[in-house]
Amino acid sequence: MLSIHNLHASIDEKKILKGINLEIKPGEVHAIMGPNGSGKSTLASVLAGREDYTVTDGSVTFAGKDLFELSPEERAGEGLFLAFQYPVEIPGLSTTNFIKTAVNEVRKYRGEEALDAVAFLKLMKEKMAMVNIDQSLLSRSLNEGFSGGEKKRNEVFQMAMLNPKLAILDETDSGLDIDAIRIVANGVNKLRNKDNAVLVVTHYQRLLDYIVPDVIHILYNGRIVKSGPKELALELEERGYDFIKEQFKAEA
Amino acid sequence: MNNLEYIKERFNQLPVVNEQNGLGVIRQKAFDALNKMGIPTTRHEEWKYTRIGSFFNKEYKYHTAGAFSAADLAPLRLPAYEQANELFYINGHFSPELSVIRSKGLTVQSLQEASKNEYKDIVSKHLGHSSNYLKDGINALSTAFVQDGVFVHIKKGQIIEHPIYIYNITDARQANVLAQPRTLVYVGENAQVKFVETFNTLGTQESFTNRVIEIVVEKDAITEYYKLQTDASHASQVATTHIQQIGKCVTHTVTVSLNEGLVRNNLNIVLDEEYCEAHLYGIYLQQGQSHIDNHTVVDHAKPHCESNELYKGMLDDQSTGVFNGKIFVRQDAQKTNAYQSNKNVLLSENASVNTKPQLEIFADDVKCSHGCTIGRLDEESLFYLRSRGISEATAKSLLLHGFAVDILEQIKLAPIREYVDKLISERLEFDLA
Repeated sequence: MLSIHNLHASIDEKKILKGINLEIKPGEVHAIMGPNGSGKSTLASVLAGREDYTVTDGSVTFAGKDLFELSPEERAGEGLFLAFQYPVEIPGLSTTNFIKTAVNEVRKYRGEEALDAVAFLKLMKEKMAMVNIDQSLLSRSLNEGFSGGEKKRNEVFQMAMLNPKLAILDETDSGLDIDAIRIVANGVNKLRNKDNAVLVVTHYQRLLDYIVPDVIHILYNGRIVKSGPKELALELEERGYDFIKEQFKAEA
Repeated sequence: MNNLEYIKERFNQLPVVNEQNGLGVIRQKAFDALNKMGIPTTRHEEWKYTRIGSFFNKEYKYHTAGAFSAADLAPLRLPAYEQANELFYINGHFSPELSVIRSKGLTVQSLQEASKNEYKDIVSKHLGHSSNYLKDGINALSTAFVQDGVFVHIKKGQIIEHPIYIYNITDARQANVLAQPRTLVYVGENAQVKFVETFNTLGTQESFTNRVIEIVVEKDAITEYYKLQTDASHASQVATTHIQQIGKCVTHTVTVSLNEGLVRNNLNIVLDEEYCEAHLYGIYLQQGQSHIDNHTVVDHAKPHCESNELYKGMLDDQSTGVFNGKIFVRQDAQKTNAYQSNKNVLLSENASVNTKPQLEIFADDVKCSHGCTIGRLDEESLFYLRSRGISEATAKSLLLHGFAVDILEQIKLAPIREYVDKLISERLEFDLA
């Protein structure tokens, strides 16, 4: 579904990603862990199409298409979803209107009819129950004055509404207490099925107690230096990132 | 003959100034002021970015209107006009035939009449009360022809349920037109009234409107005033609104500028009694070569008053904007709360805005703040929307519409709010549904 080959990216001439290789298949959950500054969020941003970054080498294929030929909105149309680490507050734009516009633009991209008001409301009700989000939140301006937990829940709700093939969760656990993490993780788990995939980007192992990955990759200094089963997260939690740094500093 | 010479000749043709009524005196004073000061140029600090001199170097006709039918007016009427009082000014002349008065307690008559009858004390006390006309040539020009003006009286204790729609129509089908609609409004004690004012030019010749409205508000009254500027690119105007709050009262104004030509707004508010409240809002969306200049003055003359001001602008293409907001807090005006903010979004490399907040405080126990911003659309917000599958163009529209929403919400007349929202959305190519 997603295949990243030798990906290099930089920001303002500074090299951040230095040759990433990664293969994700439908039904899989991958986690990317790594110390601060290793390039985790850069990878998520480059995949979603944030313009601050320049891809200098390598390729990414998503759903059979060259990802870098697609604008951010086309990537969303193809089924890529990024849950933001810091969801943006947009005063004056109601969350419901925003989501309706997004759903219908994505449907248009996929050659489907726009949902009418009734069908949209039905879909919204169903997904609201699934991710446990309150109606009152959705009638407010997008993320404006939302708590950290509410913002992340709103991200998962958008994910539910857009039904992506691949969801990238960028440090979705940051700033959340354990109850909020549980709610968000439950939402994500309910959306998982054999045809979609999840890429969890996180600094801590905690979120992975709830969204259990098939594979964990450790990102350090712009490269994946180690991949392994979910137990790798426990080892990291135990030993910290220092052993990774020690081990791979020489190569950096 | 250029416009200014023509105007002066017109003034001299008018009936001899009648010293018996107040209008004659004020007219002559204004005419003298006009002769002394002339039309303001960009050398004048208050007119630095707005050039109106060229309108006076061409030939304009004053007060000539072609024949009008109801059909001509139909497309200009505001939503829910069936439920409104409607005042029509054609080329600056009030038209009693076209106008519709529905509300009890609302009196509309010519200033000439009112300056002689039971209202003469009100007129002589308040007309030109601000004496701004002596300081500014363009205001003096209006006042020199004040005999054509209209007096609007809201009776004490009356709640005027039907809003008052004021239509300024210039008929430029035959020739360039100069129009000078002039109005004095008196809102009596404990009365409530809502005004909506619009400007339209018919035909393809040029129009220049120099309109002055003075609104005097008595104690415990509430006045809402909405100004909609949507006129065409060959239509320009200077619109002066002078609000005098002479009792403890509340005023609420929203200025919507979607003009295609040049617009200069002067909004002056004097808080002349304790515990007055003034709310001033503005939204401008400028495209093409249009120009908007909002000059506002809030004069806190007495203690315990509050003013809130928020103007927001979006400027695209080669359009230009000016915001100049003055707040005076006089020595007497302790415990003043005064807030002012101007926010601008530039949408093209060639659009520009000059913004200048000015606070002059002579009292020492006050809360005042002011600020202005000029920026571009937030990249992170745009990316957020696009990452959800929303096209770049739609994302921009959504963000700009969101930017305008808090001003739109200040229009408390639902049909007018929806109408303005629709106009703005159309300009932003934003689908409201």
